[in-house]
Amino acid sequence: MTAELPPGLALQKVDERIMTLNVGPQHPGSGHMRLIVQIDGDYIVACDPDPGYVHRGEEKMAEYRNYILNIPHLERPVIHDSCNVLYPYVLGVEELLGIEVPERAKYVRVIASELNRCIYTMYWLAIYGIFLGHSTMFMWPAGDRELLIDLMEKMTGARVTHAYFVPGGVRNDLPPNFEDVCLRQVNYFEKRIKEYADIFYDNPILISRTRDTGVLSRQDAIRLGTTGSVLRASGVDFDLRKKEPYDVYDELDFKTNVLKEGDSYARSKIPWLDMLESCQIIRQALKKMPKSGSVRVKLKPNPKGKLDSVYKRVESGRGSLGCYIVSDGKPEPYRLKMSVGSFRNLIALPYLLKGEKLGNMPSVYWSLNYWPVEADR
Amino acid sequence: MSVIAPQFKFSEFVKSLLDNAFWILFLMVLVGLPAVMMILFVIDLPVIDGELLTPFLAFTWLVDPTRTLPIIHALMATDFFRIAVFPGFGFAALLAAGTIFAERKMLAKMQLRVGPFYCGKIEGILQLMGDGLKLISKEIIIPAKADKPLFWAAPVLFVATAAAFVSLIPVAPGWVVADIDLGLLGVFAVIGFFPIITILSAWSANSKYPFIGGIRALFQMVSFEIPLILSLLGVVMLTGTLNLSEIVESQSAFPWIVFLPIGAIVFFITMLAELERIPFDLPEAESEIVAGWLTEFSGMMYGLVQLGTYLKLYAFAALFVVLFLGGWHGPMVVPPFPYEIITEGITMGPVTAQIPGLPLFTQEMLNGTFWFVLKTVAVIFFILLPRGVFPRIRVDMLLNLGWTKLIGLCFVNIFIALGLLYAGVLGPGGLQ
Repeated sequence: MTAELPPGLALQKVDERIMTLNVGPQHPGSGHMRLIVQIDGDYIVACDPDPGYVHRGEEKMAEYRNYILNIPHLERPVIHDSCNVLYPYVLGVEELLGIEVPERAKYVRVIASELNRCIYTMYWLAIYGIFLGHSTMFMWPAGDRELLIDLMEKMTGARVTHAYFVPGGVRNDLPPNFEDVCLRQVNYFEKRIKEYADIFYDNPILISRTRDTGVLSRQDAIRLGTTGSVLRASGVDFDLRKKEPYDVYDELDFKTNVLKEGDSYARSKIPWLDMLESCQIIRQALKKMPKSGSVRVKLKPNPKGKLDSVYKRVESGRGSLGCYIVSDGKPEPYRLKMSVGSFRNLIALPYLLKGEKLGNMPSVYWSLNYWPVEADR
Repeated sequence: MSVIAPQFKFSEFVKSLLDNAFWILFLMVLVGLPAVMMILFVIDLPVIDGELLTPFLAFTWLVDPTRTLPIIHALMATDFFRIAVFPGFGFAALLAAGTIFAERKMLAKMQLRVGPFYCGKIEGILQLMGDGLKLISKEIIIPAKADKPLFWAAPVLFVATAAAFVSLIPVAPGWVVADIDLGLLGVFAVIGFFPIITILSAWSANSKYPFIGGIRALFQMVSFEIPLILSLLGVVMLTGTLNLSEIVESQSAFPWIVFLPIGAIVFFITMLAELERIPFDLPEAESEIVAGWLTEFSGMMYGLVQLGTYLKLYAFAALFVVLFLGGWHGPMVVPPFPYEIITEGITMGPVTAQIPGLPLFTQEMLNGTFWFVLKTVAVIFFILLPRGVFPRIRVDMLLNLGWTKLIGLCFVNIFIALGLLYAGVLGPGGLQ
């Protein structure tokens, strides 16, 4: 045995006190990934996240399809948040093709994007509830999500994978009388999610369980490159809808929610506060939206992008979501790269779990607002 | 909003009842009667009281109360009946099955869904039977490296211990399987067995998640046994006996929860922990350690553990009723007439049906059973309720709660009991 082994291949000394657990991929508390957790008694010594079980090669697939055909498969990474996943791609393609989007379409996009953010967050919240052993918090968001899914179905014709955003606007106009239905559903939805405070967020057992666990300081949050709700829960006021407004977000009045604690509880509360803010945005957008007009610019068949590269990013349900498109003048992109919030948040997990108790693993892991399929792309 | 549940219609409900009745009759006529007839062809008919026991005669005797009731009476007087049917296993298993169904429906109502709905047509009443059939028909898989004899023995031991617990509970005056003078000590002994079985099964599975779950269960049960025993000390001091029937008798005027509310609360919390119910279901925390010490059980082995768990739940709820809520005591609500019909006969026009008496089915016994079941169901309801409201807590929080807070409250409870004793308000045997 030579001593000059590279660090990754060096043999580790086996400690008999330490037990290695393979949490996942077939585990109720893992998702489509594996966490290799080493525990000493009840304390986690090391955690090694092992994503990649649902890698689908979205980026490579995008190089073989033209700009329109890329729409349906690029929203697959997060089908619950499909409008937001597609948003940066559509914005980038519009810049490459030099299209100006109609005013009404911009508002429709904002409404669809905020509805989708709520749908995604409700699903995430449901799983956060069941990870903490709170089965009512699993069923309530899963049921109340239906309100918004019905709205999206009226809007786009599909319940989850909408393929609604296209370069040049949105695929189809809103159905008649949509504004009234949307307002009613969103008002009821807001009333419902305010009730979650009673059963979940103000629950003393939940607070004592998630307070001061997995604390991510402000410096570490910036240094590790986290984004979205994780960053905002650590006291950094960063929301792309405010910092780099796209479409009509600069005309709408809303605030970003920032908490200073940086623990699991704050990280789980930020998406819920964001949902309440989304309801405000939807109401404003419905009021300000032009009542009639085109929602889509006609494109030439098989449009060719100009010889350029473009990087666009939006605030998705999981944080900043960027899309980098390189065009070489052909109908297909030369290279497409998605920078997803999930993967950037996952990087923080080994740092947060070191020294935590095993019972905190699910709450810390899922509070990172991580979606395994999106991280693998 | 989208439709969550099919709407309830009374006509549909009646139709489903008739439907079930039709199918039961249909199957009886098609399968049951031919089977009986075939058996009758094969066997030799006996001669009883000088008469050949033909099927007609057998049916005649079956509907003749003067012949059947003594047989039923004789059966009910046996120890077998007590162990297998009424205060023992059958009664407890029925209540446990009802508990599982009620839990699922209640939790569903809390969570805005319908729960079991289709199996059995009436609100999914046969769902449990379907689940049982599924568990029986599944293959039993045993890990290759498991310690097989211990692994096999664990579920059986678990059910046996739970049944032993059930046998100590007095349901109605005189109706208890094992009426021993050290009944409460027997209860403590039986409770002390559960951690041993849990750690045996967890260790014998030779797998990581069951091992962690078993260790957690051991922590939890051992650290909560001390407050459990201490919280019952107040009742023992006030009654001066360990016999559970006598403890119930002492509460004819007031249930002990009136004087010892702290003890009752502590006992309820420790009961939740011993039963591994939410918020104390750490040994089965599915998002952390899959199913804890149950992970490697499959098929009917898992079914047996579930049966044992719910028997244990019933027994703990019944113990709470016996010790704090006055057991079978309650206002007399059962009217006396069924007893008179049975003993003195009933006159209908010219005919007087004379039926021999059944002194075991007294008015007091029926009334006591009614109140006991009512109180037990109420306690079970409060045991099930936290599952819809609370998340799971953590091991360190659990141990902290058990060792610091609950034991302190137990001593407060003991001092209250001592104060009541020395003030002369209460003494052994109830109100002085």
